[in-house]
Amino acid sequence: MIARFLDLVFPERRHSAGIAKDRLKIVLAHERASRDVPDFLPALQNDLLAVVAGYVEIRDDMLRVNVGKSGDTSLLEINVEIDGANIKPVRKVSTPDRPKPAPRITIDRGSPVPWAEPG
Amino acid sequence: MARIIVLTSGKGGVGKTTSAAAIAAALALRGKRTVVIDFDVGLRNLDLVMGCERRVVFDFINVINGDAKLNQALIKDKRNDNLYIFPTSQTRDKDALKRDGVERVLEELKDDFDYIVCDSPAGIEHGAITALYFADSAVIVTNPEVSSVRDSDRIIGILASKSRRAERNLEPVDVHLLLTRYSMERVKRGEMLSVEDVNEILSIPLLGVIPESESVLRASNTGTPVVFDHESPAGRAYIDAVARFLGEQREMRFVKPERRSFFRALLGKA
Repeated sequence: MIARFLDLVFPERRHSAGIAKDRLKIVLAHERASRDVPDFLPALQNDLLAVVAGYVEIRDDMLRVNVGKSGDTSLLEINVEIDGANIKPVRKVSTPDRPKPAPRITIDRGSPVPWAEPG
Repeated sequence: MARIIVLTSGKGGVGKTTSAAAIAAALALRGKRTVVIDFDVGLRNLDLVMGCERRVVFDFINVINGDAKLNQALIKDKRNDNLYIFPTSQTRDKDALKRDGVERVLEELKDDFDYIVCDSPAGIEHGAITALYFADSAVIVTNPEVSSVRDSDRIIGILASKSRRAERNLEPVDVHLLLTRYSMERVKRGEMLSVEDVNEILSIPLLGVIPESESVLRASNTGTPVVFDHESPAGRAYIDAVARFLGEQREMRFVKPERRSFFRALLGKA
């Protein structure tokens, strides 16, 4: 009786299962996207940051590295944000003072860059 | 050659051990020679649920370390000749579960059994990873509740990347959803995720829905797998799930409220 009355007054009250479903969908979409991130990503991000910082002023959060998929192709996506007003040439500094890592990524110049395709 | 089935969930307390006991017993009832192994080193409980806790002499770790022979550690079920229980150790050394040792024991078991049911510990640590590593099939035990569904999704991801089948680029582990502690009344009231909701989120084949049932606690109290209780709705749901696992078509029971009879409706009873 009371429950029925509450349902009339607060129609949303009954749908906690729906809320659960929506929340799960969102959180799992995020988690699935970041599931197969390779271990080297943070190190790569630091190295790139050091290189870019040798030329322009950049904050840590302005460079983002992501791994994704486009069809059958795995993509390494690097986004560097540059704040137009704050571009100041910086004296070129040598990249991190640890020994230079051997290049782990080779760029195959023969194949077209998949994400450059129109559409 | 035995097929290895892991019961896993990520989250604890969702009914892995209950389900492992029930599924192993149901396979045995179907005439399949079945062994159920406890992978929860240090927190042995399968023996209690199977009602053979006083018959444990040697365990999984003893056999891995070569301190006992397989046939000394396997416990034959007193209710069904096809069913064997392989208890784990109460040692605190979780790393005692060496992968090559486990592999050796599983290979030896494969010759004698049709199904090897692995009861995984909760979590995604060493024990849980070892339990799922060799699996051919996986039963993801899930409650209709947010944390359980999320952890199931995580475990499904781990099966797809860290299992032996994944590492060797073999056919992927065949993954099934087992939804446990389901209350159709609460689903009807919008208080609980429905089987359709969970299915839509996890999108793996549904093996069965086990209704929340008093008989499950009664079964563990007495150390009897719930499938031996012919009156139990949960027991019947496990029997159905195993029939589906063996390739039969069975309609899902206990997912829709039973239709109220005319007279009960007239009397206003639920």
